[in-house]
Amino acid sequence: MADPKAKVVILGAGHAGGSVAGFLRQVGHEGPIVLIGEEPIPPYQRPPLSKAWLKGEADADSLALRGADWYDDNGCELKLNVRAVSLDRAAKTVALSTGETVSYDILIIATGARARRLTIPGADLDGILELRTAADAEQLKRALGPGKTLAIIGGGYIGLEAAASARALGASAVILEREQRILARVACQALSDFFTAYHQARGVSFRLGVEITAFEGEAGKVTGVRLADGGLIACDAALVGVGAIPNDDLARAAGLECANGIVVDLQARTADPSIYAIGDVTHRPLPLYGVTHRLESVPNALEQAKVAAGEIFGKPPLTPEVPWFWSDQYDLKLQIAGLPFDADTILVRGDPAAAKFAVFHLKGDLVQAVEAVNSPPEFMMGRSLIGSRKPVSREKLADSSISMKEVAA
Amino acid sequence: MAKITYIEHDGTEHTVDVKTGLSVMEGAIKNNIPGIDADCGGACACATCHVYVDEAWTSKTGEKSAMEESMLDFAENVEPSSRLSCQIKVTDGLDGLTVRLPESQH
Ligand SMILES: Cc1cc2nc3c(=O)[nH]c(=O)nc-3n(C[C@H](O)[C@H](O)[C@H](O)COP(=O)(O)OP(=O)(O)OC[C@H]3O[C@@H](n4cnc5c(N)ncnc54)[C@H](O)[C@@H]3O)c2cc1C
Ligand code: FES
Repeated sequence: MADPKAKVVILGAGHAGGSVAGFLRQVGHEGPIVLIGEEPIPPYQRPPLSKAWLKGEADADSLALRGADWYDDNGCELKLNVRAVSLDRAAKTVALSTGETVSYDILIIATGARARRLTIPGADLDGILELRTAADAEQLKRALGPGKTLAIIGGGYIGLEAAASARALGASAVILEREQRILARVACQALSDFFTAYHQARGVSFRLGVEITAFEGEAGKVTGVRLADGGLIACDAALVGVGAIPNDDLARAAGLECANGIVVDLQARTADPSIYAIGDVTHRPLPLYGVTHRLESVPNALEQAKVAAGEIFGKPPLTPEVPWFWSDQYDLKLQIAGLPFDADTILVRGDPAAAKFAVFHLKGDLVQAVEAVNSPPEFMMGRSLIGSRKPVSREKLADSSISMKEVAA
Repeated sequence: MAKITYIEHDGTEHTVDVKTGLSVMEGAIKNNIPGIDADCGGACACATCHVYVDEAWTSKTGEKSAMEESMLDFAENVEPSSRLSCQIKVTDGLDGLTVRLPESQH
């Protein structure tokens, strides 16, 4: 039975952790909430760190998830600058880096993910940066400006957004990617080609299919990136954006099942009835596709936070949402819904040359995923078709003179 | 600073002070007001910050961008008074604004 007075302890004061505290109060949870976070500041949004904030178009105030008084006013004890070091499931306690021990009735693990690091010579030079936290973003911003060159290791979304922001700040950007195309893990060829050309036209250079072997430096500071073919890419700073690793160590050590993230069910429950996990740290079911997966997105963090709060309070389960994601680069808005599992056909609707098109991933006549560039109707209708599993006509979908409402009718 | 009232679908009212320069969406999220999800944090990419703006306020809340127009066109339960609240910037002139929230954002 749900106990509305239960003491809930949340590990990780990030987007998921901050959100679940809010949702618990929204559903009516009355018990104490303790939010424990390693970072020095209250929960904030990360997406702007590579976008609006980096370009100087958003301030720290707008990053914060809630007003500064919210936590005190709502009986939510915020313990910042504190790391949870171990978990005793039998005693229902968490040991903290301060030496303190905190007991819980319900524990929510929301420790997110950390940037993957490179273990090559020179990786500890000054000027080798990553982008996960507000503190990382401050460092990156200081390294950018007219006359500076930023080398970006890894052509994923964060790297591309950082490149666009670097250009906006007058810096040069060069993207170094091991695969033959950027976004290789997360997007289709058509989208990779489009983004490569769009960035090139705005002064970003690319080195694809390269392996980097070392960072070179002078007086302890990075000056270049050495490639396996012997070439050297000179830079003033290097941003390493080669993926993220879930912070599931604590859960693993406590015997909770982990598989690239803490394994949870649709209600964000672990196998321990007192422990939930939400956000980037989880490996979760995706019922639309009949698979389990680890997602890294705000919509996923919010959905699981909402689901966990409802479950803890004993509310009926919510309908699973269609996973989705967005990215802003220059004047482009990319919106992606679904994941292209089992897709047999890729269909382009609209005109990439006009920077207005969508790529649909179909399995038979079902939409599995859509990647929409400056095309809100395709994204919105696509997302709803993925959720409803309603078949579509490929002919109509490919014809952009037929509106998306008609395609879906 | 502007006083903004958010009315949930079930009639529950929340009146809060919102700093000028923030958006109407941010005023709701920072105060943990239920009924606005704002999945994309104001990027005009999700349409989960949908509100209805009273007619008396339409001119003061400004024009919709093409992007907002297009996102709203595909949202649920859209009315002529529908707006994406992340696209309404709070100014002193919005002191007293009331917005109503839809039954669901998804
Ligand atoms: C630069 C950048 C841009 C992004 N852009 C987008 C975007 O456009 N769209 C999108 O949907 N998503 C985007 N994301 C992803 C999104 O920010 C994450 O999916 C989201 O933050 C996940 O929330 P979370 O709470 O699970 O993890 P986090 O927000 O990372 O929070 C986890 C917190 O837990 C803390 N922590 C970890 N271990 C411990 C411990 N042992 N004890 C105490 N605290 C601990 C961490 O310090 C951190 O503060 C972006 C991410 C980054 C970094
Ligand atoms: S918050 Fe996403 S569209 Fe307004």
